[in-house]
Amino acid sequence: MKRSILTALGLATGLAMPAAAEDIKVGLLLPFSGVYASLGNEIEAGFALGLEQFGGETDATFDIVNEDTEVKPPVALGKAKKLILQDKVDVMVGVVSSGVLGAVRDMVHGAGVPLIVANAGNDGATGESCSPFITRMSFSNGQVNRPMGQWMYDQGIRKIYTLAPDYAAGRQMIEGFAATFTAAGGEIVGQDFTPFQKTQDFGPYLTQAKSSGADAVYVFYAGGEAISFVKQYDSFGLKAELPLYGSGFLTSPLYVNAEGPAAEGVITALHYVPTIDSPANAAFVEAFKAKTDRMPSEFAVQGYDAARALIEATKAGATDRASLANALRQVSFEGPRGQLSIDPATNNIVQPIYVYETVAGEGGLTQKVLAQLPAEADPVNGCEMAAPVSN
Amino acid sequence: MTIDLGFWTLQTLNALQLSMLLFLLSVGLTVIFGLMHFVNLAHGALYALGAYFAASLAAVGGYWMGFFLAPVAVAGVGVLLYTGLIQRMRKSGPMAQVLVTFGLIFALLDLTRIFWGDLALAIEVPGILSGRLAFLGVEYPTYRLFIIVLGTAILAALSLVLSRTQIGAMIRAGVDNDAMAACLGINVERLFFIVFCVGCALAGLAGAVAAPLLSVTPEMGLQILIPTLIVIVIGGLGSLKGAIAGSLIYGFVQTFGAVLAPQLASVLIYALLAAVLVIKPVGLFPAKG
Repeated sequence: MKRSILTALGLATGLAMPAAAEDIKVGLLLPFSGVYASLGNEIEAGFALGLEQFGGETDATFDIVNEDTEVKPPVALGKAKKLILQDKVDVMVGVVSSGVLGAVRDMVHGAGVPLIVANAGNDGATGESCSPFITRMSFSNGQVNRPMGQWMYDQGIRKIYTLAPDYAAGRQMIEGFAATFTAAGGEIVGQDFTPFQKTQDFGPYLTQAKSSGADAVYVFYAGGEAISFVKQYDSFGLKAELPLYGSGFLTSPLYVNAEGPAAEGVITALHYVPTIDSPANAAFVEAFKAKTDRMPSEFAVQGYDAARALIEATKAGATDRASLANALRQVSFEGPRGQLSIDPATNNIVQPIYVYETVAGEGGLTQKVLAQLPAEADPVNGCEMAAPVSN
Repeated sequence: MTIDLGFWTLQTLNALQLSMLLFLLSVGLTVIFGLMHFVNLAHGALYALGAYFAASLAAVGGYWMGFFLAPVAVAGVGVLLYTGLIQRMRKSGPMAQVLVTFGLIFALLDLTRIFWGDLALAIEVPGILSGRLAFLGVEYPTYRLFIIVLGTAILAALSLVLSRTQIGAMIRAGVDNDAMAACLGINVERLFFIVFCVGCALAGLAGAVAAPLLSVTPEMGLQILIPTLIVIVIGGLGSLKGAIAGSLIYGFVQTFGAVLAPQLASVLIYALLAAVLVIKPVGLFPAKG
């Protein structure tokens, strides 16, 4: 009798198994303190919204573990180890700083845990140090800036002065732009890389740009530096005679209101702006505003799409580390940013780039999309890995 | 490159403006050190607090309310710090003082994050100071000129107080030899307290003045601390003359370094600091002969 009950139980559980929801353990590796804390919170908000909106499409359930990287590579590595070895997560999502990504890369690759990169744009991460376990749903530094070279040349701009903070991302952003701008026939008349996070006063550099004889200035700055830069650029009265262009992080919706009227008329390129005219984006913006009472930024959409990618991967039947990593490389869907896919050669996202102008609108500054530049896969940049197994 | 006289005039003004901002910060720190032999590393955090107070007050009552009340509010924080912490630490030696005020930096940094959030804030420049002024053949942002004028005015007021008034004489006596000053009937402890509060208020003023120019972030206090320390080490601890000399040297080296040798811009000032420490370890204008 006892035996038969056990058998029946075993049979029942055995039968129930395939129908039982797969529980996926997700480690969110984001900065919740330090200089990028606001970005970490924004990505987390987007990620939570993505799970909420699309979670119903899959049978899998998600169990989230948050870890704070503090934007410090050694701390982040410790937290990644904890997530992988102790919490035994199936997948990790996050990483804002490229320095942190560099630090956790070997750990993630060696342990074979899929990582969905939700920000860090270092070109090398999907270049020479790419990994089949690292899939980037955000952007790469070169990708955001490359299309701007030709576009600005087509606008009749021939001479450019560039400015950016002196660190890997700053250099990659400017290189991406300069390469296509000079290839189109333009000329870079001067370049300055300002000491990263040590420059509060851009006066000396602005004075130099002014006397360089350039038609326009192209810059990359983000966060606090972007706010200082845009305001100081305007206070020197340069905007009228020397139009300001740049990578779209310069006037991100996350902090453009702190820049105020100084940001009006600045033209930049980015992979997402909240004013993209599409039903998918309208739905996202509305849901995000209802939840947080502010416009979503590119960081929020990165978190949102990371959640969506994870859900798409589980819909394709992925359940564990290896199958998730494989499925993540093949996700493709239409999101707020437009049609997205992953380039199997590098695991970097392929997405359209939007050129937008910051303009005054009702209730603050808003983004006017000037052009949508077609999606292009990044150059392979020395990335060598096997193609994903299709199922 | 069309580099002419106007270019150099502009860069000189840039250098002066940076110097004056640093002067407002370093003068408070250096006098506190000179008088109390107290290393207050949290001075930068007070500057950040000043900027945050100014941003909040400006949102309520406009720029000038922030400008006048933020230093008062920061002085209030200074009073709390003094009575709660610093008074107890007065006799405990420099190492303990450095550790306590170093810890304070992070405590205050996280407090600003909790109260004001992680997103950077900004203040609009008031109408009268926005725009640009044309003079000497160049156009320069009015607000930056305002910083230069304000710094010069504070410098003049401080040197007048220190050299011509009774309280100035008492402070100088205290810096020179506090034990002897106490013997002569000067209430050195009270003097310390007043100087500490004035130093905090000046840090708050620097924060309020810097806020519209830079962005207000929790980290701004950490970013300004190193330049401020460099200024007072180059200038000489405890002296007004040292603070102004150090600020000018820092401002000009930083600005013209960025123009003439951009690759070396971030190294130059440290090289100069090392040179001063090797050749004249007490600084260029030390308080005590």
